[in-house]
Parts: sequence; structure tokens; C-alpha cells
Amino acid sequence: MPVDSTPGALRRLADAVGAVDAVGLEERVAKFTTRSIKKASKVKGLATAVSMLDLTTLEGKDTPGRIESLCRKALAPSEDASVPAVAAVCVYPSMVCHAKRQVGGTGVRVASVATAFPSGQTPLRTRLAEVRAAVADGADEVDMVINRGAFLAGRLAQVQDEIVQVRDICGAATLKVILEVGELETYDSIRAASFLAMRVLREGDFIKTSTGKTGVNATLANTQVMLEAIRDFYLDTGISIGMKPAGGIRTAKQALHYLVAVKETLGDAWLNARRYRFGASSLLNDLLRQLEKEKTGAYQAPYYFSEAAESY
Amino acid sequence: MPRLPITKTPKVYVGGSFIRSESGRVLPIRDAAGDLYAYAPQCTRKDVRNAVEAAAKAGPGWARRTPYNRGQILYRLGEMLEARSVEMAAAVALGNRSRGARRAALAEVAATVDRLVHFAGWADKYEQLLGSVNPVASPHFNFTVTDPMGIVGVVAPDEAPLLGLVSLVAPVITGGNTVVALASQARPYPAILLGEMLATSDLPGGVVNLLTGLRREMVPTFATHAHIRAIHAVADPQERRTLRLGAADSVKRVRLIPAGERTDWVAEERRSLEAIANFVEFKTTWHPVGG
Amino acid sequence: MPKTAPTSPGRAARSGRAVPELIFGDLWEYDPAPETADPGISPRYDLFIGGRFVAPRSGRYFDSVNPATERKLSEIALAGEADVDAAYRAARDAFDKRWGRLPGRERAKYLFRIARLLQDRAREFAVAETMDGGKPIKESRDFDLPMAAAHFFYHAGWADKLDYAAPGRRLAPLGVVGQVIPWNFPLLMLAWKIAPALATGNCVVIKPAETTSITALKFASLLQDAGLPAGVVNIVAGAGKTGAAVAAHPGAAKVAFTGSTEVGKAIMRSLAGSDRRMTMELGGKAANIVFDDAPLDQAVEGIVNGIFFNQGHVCCAGSRLLVHEPVAERVIAKLRARIRVLRVGDPLDKNTDLGAINSRAQLDKIRALVQSGVREGASLYQPPCRLPARGYFFKPTIFTNVTQSHRIAREEIFGPVLSVLTFRTPDEAVEKANNTAFGLSAGVWTDKGSRILRMSRDLKAGVVWANTFNRFDPSSPFGGYKESGFGREGGRHGLLDYARIL
Repeated sequence: MPVDSTPGALRRLADAVGAVDAVGLEERVAKFTTRSIKKASKVKGLATAVSMLDLTTLEGKDTPGRIESLCRKALAPSEDASVPAVAAVCVYPSMVCHAKRQVGGTGVRVASVATAFPSGQTPLRTRLAEVRAAVADGADEVDMVINRGAFLAGRLAQVQDEIVQVRDICGAATLKVILEVGELETYDSIRAASFLAMRVLREGDFIKTSTGKTGVNATLANTQVMLEAIRDFYLDTGISIGMKPAGGIRTAKQALHYLVAVKETLGDAWLNARRYRFGASSLLNDLLRQLEKEKTGAYQAPYYFSEAAESY
Repeated sequence: MPRLPITKTPKVYVGGSFIRSESGRVLPIRDAAGDLYAYAPQCTRKDVRNAVEAAAKAGPGWARRTPYNRGQILYRLGEMLEARSVEMAAAVALGNRSRGARRAALAEVAATVDRLVHFAGWADKYEQLLGSVNPVASPHFNFTVTDPMGIVGVVAPDEAPLLGLVSLVAPVITGGNTVVALASQARPYPAILLGEMLATSDLPGGVVNLLTGLRREMVPTFATHAHIRAIHAVADPQERRTLRLGAADSVKRVRLIPAGERTDWVAEERRSLEAIANFVEFKTTWHPVGG
Repeated sequence: MPKTAPTSPGRAARSGRAVPELIFGDLWEYDPAPETADPGISPRYDLFIGGRFVAPRSGRYFDSVNPATERKLSEIALAGEADVDAAYRAARDAFDKRWGRLPGRERAKYLFRIARLLQDRAREFAVAETMDGGKPIKESRDFDLPMAAAHFFYHAGWADKLDYAAPGRRLAPLGVVGQVIPWNFPLLMLAWKIAPALATGNCVVIKPAETTSITALKFASLLQDAGLPAGVVNIVAGAGKTGAAVAAHPGAAKVAFTGSTEVGKAIMRSLAGSDRRMTMELGGKAANIVFDDAPLDQAVEGIVNGIFFNQGHVCCAGSRLLVHEPVAERVIAKLRARIRVLRVGDPLDKNTDLGAINSRAQLDKIRALVQSGVREGASLYQPPCRLPARGYFFKPTIFTNVTQSHRIAREEIFGPVLSVLTFRTPDEAVEKANNTAFGLSAGVWTDKGSRILRMSRDLKAGVVWANTFNRFDPSSPFGGYKESGFGREGGRHGLLDYARIL
């Protein structure tokens, strides 16, 4: 679909895909938080959330040792064998080979951030080279960032074209497109950016809220905008795009609210790791803690779980 | 052997915390017998500066609270004061040797609780009386609403050290502003206790900041700090001149009550809506109708 | 495995795929999540007259039933004419000797106390409200109770500020007022009536609806806890005859009625010979108007709130959807998908969205009107859901292909039934919206500010919601045009209806 890049292009795209009322949207998502998930449905929800996790480490100080540790946790999060493995580990490109060594051949996939994550502020050729390198090292999935500067300036064709180029390098690897919702700010822009990306994605690719490296990450509201865009796109084209909220989801309680949103917006077909991921790190241990509490009836301390932080 | 009680160290309530003056200086508070009761912080202009920063940080959040929420918090402040009215009356009467001081103090505390309840009831109503829809002669919807001014400096009187202070502060925060206040110089202890009640009333830290110290050292800073957008003060002629001169530099709104006159603080309630109106902006918006 | 992207995304049908559908199945079902707080429901409630609970002169009681289980909850005293008379005498006495002499500042403190006590016991009252009336616990907990407390809090603040309510004039109380309230928001309607009446210095005789008397009589014990002087509020329970006695009593300086237009007219006729003041808050058939530039998902949410909130037992419910033709198909499709995830069932389950219909009689009325819709040729849609075996339940229902002359477009159904009509231009939308004897509320969904203001100007409705619906606030005046009644509740306007302006 030819993308308009003349002045006013962003406004026209937003008009074409429809406006979003912030107050109304936030009222809708508030209802997700009043759902009371108990007993067997809670255990199922928690286990499902674990299976949807992209267990993430994205720090300047990451080392192969850290990656190894993360991967072991990813493969077997808990001593309790009934707890499933996570969906993927998410790492920087230079760590892909180390991760691949640990989880290659298992059900846990290796996702690499790329394209000068998180800012995206390097020449296109270096961003593409990074993608090539990650894929060559064995990445199953690539989490890219869109060009926010170009988007906010209305150079929509450029934004979309860059996504196409990354997509083509991915080949068989799944592409996840990070919109960086905190920088887009308005729900209207988030909806418009969702469509801009989805129109060049393939069945099974994802759109993702954020890098987790800025002040504003995933919220129920900005995630809902993207879920509704995915739904409208699916009903229009038949193509299912996946969703990944990332950053700011630390507790099991929050994760369950996010799953309620999926259940009530997209339905059963999106309640699995092929269509939904949580980009998180400390969330895993809170999920495990709640699972253990459901099993034993007792609230758990953080330090019973490996790789735990000091406190909740 | 009778049990020795421990004494309380008065601190001022700034930014939601209880602190000493950055200068480390103190002023003695004496009881009716002339003996030392406690030392209150002798605050400086730097303390004013810090308090203004705290008030600035708290401003947007307080302004965004619903009027209902602000009303509930004011009411809870009243609850806290009511529950500790005997203690507060003792603080108001401290150092006062005259007969009937204690009875007068209890009456002052009761009037203060009622004042707070009165303003709690204004929070979700004044907009309906101060705002308006204006019948302009063009196809536009035209409406006027109030907007908080921001940080307001308050200088309290020496007489009625509690009721006077609260009567100056309450209309200001009811309208969504934040406050940096200088308590009575001669009788600062009620303000010390009031800080504790503010802290337990769900009022966000920084919305009201209470300082104690000498007027001659502090009033000039209230006058000239450019981020203070308005002054609500009881002041003598010299101070009024200082405040007005300073206000001119940054175009502050000023509402002054002459000190030394026997202000009928109980009857001040009649002017409550006017007091709120003095510390809000009025914003008028136009929008076409039709299409 | 991701496939290669199509060169241009087109409609699924064009590319030869099956029509895409969302699956709202039972892959992840919510377990029951019952609210377990004790509602403190007594087996029997007497009348509340002169600050005490007193047995009815006739000695007669009637049953109150839980509409979700059809089981008896309690028995309620039936007030006869003698009891109503005693209530008015107690109110007059309280006014003359106590309440009428109290300064506003002190009246305010009683109302603040009541607000605080309601907040303290909110959960208990919410469960009782749900069990007595059938509404979901989520709504009584998150809407009815907080809003009732807020009404008392707001009006408390007016009690000592009455001189500001009418510029240049002073306000005086009317004396004793008679009030009759409906079953759809029992405690909240009680708050809407009692709070302004007391704030302005009046005393009250109030009759709750016969199917929902429990929270009103629990409230009486709360008044005792608040120390409200005896006789300021008197609660007499009963049915139509009791209500008529309350309205007709010569001791009432004013009668306030909320209920059906039919009964409102009857009361007005019965009072025609007197000079009694009245306010009426009656029925509605609100139009919810959606333009093609509206934020559609939020509009759908607003439509759903508008008609399915409280099972549609709402006088201002958005029971007519007027949708702009260009987006009619999309909106209706989104509506159907949205109501598929509405949960109908046990009102005490925290996940229930649609509770029980208030009574067998109301259920029968809804069924009859829905049948008329089908008979008259409209198309009915109901989502697949299983209703409980016992109790009065009805599925959320959407009728499309509805015209202005269908009964389901003209008559108030007071149930979870939406009638969908279309329009082509703003003028047509206004015309259709106003083409009714009712005029309580209306909704407008559009992204264009000037259009909102134009619609607000032209719609003959006492409340216009733009890009929202069913929003209430104690400071916001509520009431209708035409046969939806007269007088306002809430805000400064509502206050004036309870006072003499001197």
C-alpha cells in the first residue's frame, strides 16, 4: 500500500485508522483490573504467563556467564517440574551465540534486539548489519525499533520501508516491531503506528510496545490500543499479528490483567506464546511465587527463588 | 520516683517531612512560668527556598486531584485536629498567663475545626459559583473556569496563632494551590502540631509547608521569591510595603490584612468564597457551535 | 513460521481465505469469585419513625426476595395510612423543635458523619444491595455505594452555604418533604433524595420501592449511629398504596418522585387540587448517537455501558442507538463481539457484568416487548451464554433493522435491550433523537468539538453525554425534559428545588 509522506501524512493515517478517546479507553482497561481470577483459573493464567515470557537481560554489563544463568532459569524456571519453560530469552546481539549454545534445540527461542536498540539512532546500514549478524548467529526472533524521529516528522514511507528491509533480512526469523509508545505519546499515534507496521508484517510477526529503557513502558491502556489495532487488522485481512507488551510489568497480578485484556479483546487464538509475549525479567519470579502460594496456601519470600531480587 | 517524661523536639513540616532549619539555629519557646518548653527551628531564606521547591513539586498533582478528593482531605485534616483538640488547645495557650486562656484556646481550636469543615465543603462547589458560561453574541460556546495560581506565600498573625494560620491557608489550598507559610513568630508551637496533623490527613507532602522563625528575616524572601505567585498575609505597615514592593517585581497577587487590628477570625468565614476567589486564575475558552 | 508478506493487504475474502472470526471460547475460564462479606440482613425490618423502629399498625409484613435465587431474604413492614401519618407528625415535630433551629454548620456535620459511616460500611451495604435488587456486586461496590457517600459529602458542604445558592436571595427550608424512590438504585436514589433535603434544612418521609427496601432500612440504623435527631428522616415501606399515601399527605410541603412516567402522571393528577410543590424524575428512551468520525471502540464501550449497565434498569439508559450509516456495519459488528464477553450470572460473583432482572414482573415486561420487536420484524441478536437455572435473568439483546415506529423504539423497556436505527445527516440524527415524548438524556459520539456543541444545543434532553455515557456526579444537575419529568437533582440547581427562595 503506497504510504503517504507528504505533510499531514500522520494526520491522514490517523484519520484513516480512526481516533482513540483517552478517557474512554482508560475506563475500558480499568474494567480488566476488576476481574477476580481465582483458584484453577489463576493457576492456569499464571502458568500461561510463564510460557509467554521473553525472559530478558539487556544490560551493558551482560556477560556470557550472565546469559548462561538466564538461559538455565529460562529452561527450568522452578524446581517444580510442572511449571513450563518460558517462550524465549531476549538478549543483545553480541550475546546471541552464547544464548544459542544454551537453549539451541530446546523449545526456548532466542530473541535478539537489534537496529541500534533502544534509540535506533545510527545509520540504516549499521542497523541492518546488526540484524544480519544476529540472524547469522542463530537468532530465532528479532526485536527491532522503529524510526521515531521519522514517524513524528511524518516521513511514514521511510518508517515503513525500514521495517520492510529488516523483515527481509530476518527471513525465517520472527520479527517484532517496537513502536516505543512512550515517545509516540498519544494513543492516536500508537494506533496509527500499529497499522503502519502491521501492513508490512507477516502472519506470526509481532508488534511490541516498548524497549523498556524509557520512562513510559507498557500500560494496559497503550497495550489495549495495540490489541484493538491487531483485532481490526485481523478481521480486515485475516492476518494474525502477535502482541508483546514490554517493560513495567513486574507482578503476577498485572500479568493476569494483561491476559484478561487479551481474552476479552482478541479471544482464545491469542492466548498462547505464538501470538503473545511478555517482555520482562523480574515478573518471572513473582509468577513463580504466586504459583507456589496457590499450591501451598502460604505467601512466599523472594529469596526462595533463584535469581531473585532483594525484595518484591 | 515519678517517671521522667521525654520531651518532643519541634521540627517544621516541609515537603512531607519534619526537618530542622538548614542553618541549625533555634528559637526558644517558653511556657507560662517563663521556663524553656522547647526549641523551634529558626528558619532562613534558604529554608523558604527549599519549601518553595517542595511546593512546586507538589503543585501539579494537587491541582489535578478531583475537587471531591481535596474536600475529603480537608475534612480529614479537621478529623485529625478534632481528635487532638485538647493537645492543640494546650499548644495555643502555651505561655499565656491570663485567666480564661485555656477556655479561649479550646474555643479557638473548635472554630478551626469548623473552619476546615467549612472549606472542605467549598472544594467541590466554588467552581459552580465562580465559573460561568458566558452568553456571547456569536456562535461560540464560551465558558470561564478557575485555575490554581500555583505557590502561595502565607504569613500568619501572632494573635489567633492557629485559627489565623488556618484561615489564611485553607482557602488557598481549597482552590488547588500549594502553600509556604510562616507561622506566628511569638507562638509557633501550634504550627508545629498542625504539621503533624497535615502529615496524617492524606494531604500529599509539599502541598502545605510550615516554617517557624523571625518575620524580619523571612518576610523579605516571601516578598521577592519569583516562584511565589501570590501572598496571603497579616502584616504591619512596614511589612505590607515590603511585600507589595517585592510583589511588583514578579507581579504577584497580594491579599493583605493589617496586623494589630483585632481581626474577627471567627467572622472571617463570611468572606470564605471571596478568599478562594482571590487565589485562583480565571480562564475563558471559546469554541464554535455547529457543524 | 512466518510466511512472506502479501504485496498488499486486502480483504481476507479477496485473498480466498475463510472470513476471519474471533474465538471467545472457554480456553481460559474464570472460576467463581463470590463476594463473601456479610450483608447484615435482618430477618425482619420494621418501619423507621421518630428515630426508632416501630411495628406497622396493621401488623402486616411483606416478603423481599433475592431475584437471583428467588429465595426470601427478609420480611418488611407494610406501612398503612396511619403509619404514614405518624411519620409526617414525627417529621414535623423534628422540624419545629430541632432540625429547623439548627444552624447550617451543625446540619452539615451530621451529613458528613453519614457520608463517613457509609464509607466505613460500604462493603456490607453493597452486598445487601446486590442481594436485594439483583445488580452485580461489581456495580454496587464500585458505583452505587461510593456515589451515595459522595452525595452526602457534597450536600453536607452546602448546608452552611445556602446564602450563596441564589445570588441576592436567602434560602429557607420547605418544612417536611415526601419522597418516593424506585428499585433500580435503591440506596443511591435514597441518597439523591435525602441529602439535598436535609442540607436545606427539611425533614423527610421517604418510601423505598417494595422490591428493594432492605438497604433503606439498614440505612436507618446508620442514622441512629450518626446520632441524627429523631424524626428528621422517617422511612415507611410498602407498595403503590403506601407511595400514594406519602404523596397525598397534607403534611408534605413538597413531593419528590422518581419512577415510571405512568405513576408520575398519577401522582400529579392526585395532587392537582393542592398547591404542593413537586419534582418528577421519570422514564426515558435516550438516543445514543454515533457519528462516523467517532473513536469507535470507545463509542462501542459507551453504547454497552449505556444499555447494559445495571441490566438496563436505568431511566437515562441509551436504549436507542442511532448510528451513522457509513459506520453502521462496523459498529454493529464490534457491538456483537463486545457483548460476547459480557458475563451474565450470579450477581454476587465479582466477575459478573450483568446481574438479575429485579423482579418477575419486570422480566415479563421485558420479554413481552422483546417479543413485540421480533413480531414487528426487527432482527434480534443475543450472544451465546448460559443463564442460571433459577432467578430472573435475561440475555443482553441487540435489535437491528429497527424503525421509529417499532414499539421497541418508542416504549421504555427498562431492560438489557438495545434498538439500533441509522441516520445519514446530523439533522436527521437530531430529528430522530427528539422524536419521542421522553427527554431525559442523550449521547453523542464524534471527534469534532463544534458538532458536540451543536448537538448539545439541539437535543431536547436534560443530560447530554458527549464521548461518554452514564456519568454522574453530585455536583452535576440531573433531570429531564418533557415526559421525563421536571426539576433537577444534584448541583446548585438541585438544591433550589428543596428550598423557599426569600
